[in-house]
Amino acid sequence: MNLVGTVLARVMLLITDENFWRGIVSIVVFVMFWEVGSRSQALFGFAFPWVSQVPPPTAVALEMFHLIQQPSFWVSAYLSTVRVFEGFFAAMLVGIPLGLAMAVSRTFYGMAFPVFEVLRPIPPLAWVPASIIFWPTQELSIAFVTFLGAFFTIVINVIGGAQSIDVRYFQAARSMGSSTWDIFRRIILPGVLPSIVVGATVGVGITWAVVVAAEMISGGGSAGSVGGASGGGLGFFIWNSYVGGSYTQIVAGMISIGIAGYMSSAVLRKLGAWMTPWLAEG
Amino acid sequence: MQQVAQAAAQLHASTTISLGSEVIVKNVGKAYGAEKFAKTVVHNCSFTIERGKLTVMIGPSGCGKSTLIRLLAGFERPSTGDLFVDEKSITGPGVDRLVVFQESALFPWMTTYDNIMYGPRARGEDTPQMRALAETLLQKVGLAAFRRKYPSQLSGGMQRRAELARSMINQPKVMILDEPFRGLDAMTKRLMQEYFANLFNEFRRTTFFVTTDIDEAIYLADRILIMTNIPTQVRASIDVNLPRPRNVENITESDEANAIKMQALLHEEAMKSFARGSKAAADFIEAYSKRIGKD
Repeated sequence: MNLVGTVLARVMLLITDENFWRGIVSIVVFVMFWEVGSRSQALFGFAFPWVSQVPPPTAVALEMFHLIQQPSFWVSAYLSTVRVFEGFFAAMLVGIPLGLAMAVSRTFYGMAFPVFEVLRPIPPLAWVPASIIFWPTQELSIAFVTFLGAFFTIVINVIGGAQSIDVRYFQAARSMGSSTWDIFRRIILPGVLPSIVVGATVGVGITWAVVVAAEMISGGGSAGSVGGASGGGLGFFIWNSYVGGSYTQIVAGMISIGIAGYMSSAVLRKLGAWMTPWLAEG
Repeated sequence: MQQVAQAAAQLHASTTISLGSEVIVKNVGKAYGAEKFAKTVVHNCSFTIERGKLTVMIGPSGCGKSTLIRLLAGFERPSTGDLFVDEKSITGPGVDRLVVFQESALFPWMTTYDNIMYGPRARGEDTPQMRALAETLLQKVGLAAFRRKYPSQLSGGMQRRAELARSMINQPKVMILDEPFRGLDAMTKRLMQEYFANLFNEFRRTTFFVTTDIDEAIYLADRILIMTNIPTQVRASIDVNLPRPRNVENITESDEANAIKMQALLHEEAMKSFARGSKAAADFIEAYSKRIGKD
């Protein structure tokens, strides 16, 4: 009863929200324009530039409907997701302590930051060839590249977050008798947490961008060579569709990645909001 | 319930028996920057914050009052001279001297209750007595219903009260307040002044209060220190012997209070601290002179 009530209240809140309807309208208009544009040759006798080259959304939707019934598609999605989160968690595991260490110790900052700043502008994809040479398996080299995608964003956010903590919090804590460890645990950690959440949310988006490109370049990892055309992750799936000339599959693959990336960010945002209740409005 | 009552009694006893510490500032100077480019902010400044009294410091904004507060709190060391709490030189921050900052410095990631319990937990004193004391203070500052709220969910006035409670639970020997009611709207500000005056009246601990508002100073102070502009020194010290508890309305009417205000306004620095600049101060002096002439 209570559950039904809260669900109902949520639905009411959603359908009375103007921005919800703005979103619906914008998506519908976008899809309609796309549909008309890609069928422009048949409808008006001339081809719209660019859009007419893209398969229409109805065909893509049909393709997706077929795809989601094929286990091999889910294997691809699974492989990419695993690679994304391997890289992402490794980046969190290494990046957060490194960022905190740089924020806390001036000495360490002085030593580590220049190296960090030289490596940071190198695009993760530029690491792909080197990574293939460094790591024994293709799987590891792809995971390493996805790691790099999230790593720098997370570290930069942790450092920035720690440096922007109000100096009065430290003064107040010291006045009240806090030890250094106590200040670290109860002031610095919670003070940095919102920045970690931001870094993680942005970082996971970059990770999806990177994993797809890395799969395309390195040929979908070891699983790709074993499982054949559809065993190498979503990036390889798209590349394979391109090679095979199936344009609807390309777009379907792109949309799957969009959805996967959105869901990853949404989950992290939710998790982040749960961990930082003091930032909630109201 | 009984524990709460005990805690209240404990807070009361410990505060009324000892009236807090005496603070002596002796020939203190503070300069920033390297030798040649050094800027002297405080120069040869001496004053005493008396035990159990409320000393208010006023002066134009940017005159180094906050520097003096950082020195008293021990966040910084003076370039020359020394500061003493009960004849002991101040060498660093300590729980005996707590600062309530200009804008709220409550930890945003802690609830009201956790903020108040910060000090005791920092010292490993999360005891039933302390929890009961926190309870008492929550009630004293009228935030019992807001114990689980985060600072961002409190109004400006509530935040200041929470901060007062967070300081008071540590039973500091000296409370230092750096323009604590700045930025509050006129109504809330007056309520907070009354609130604060009542708390002081009840506990009578050594208190050092910095403000730029001369009316606030007269309403609260046992003694007013008027500071000069940079480099900061004490320009004048005025004793305020109005009976407590005071009443904001009575104070604007009281001849004694007006005489004190007049006396303070004769110092250029205090003029700048009066309501909205020296025009209002000049008007006041004119009106006051007329009134004295008539009587």
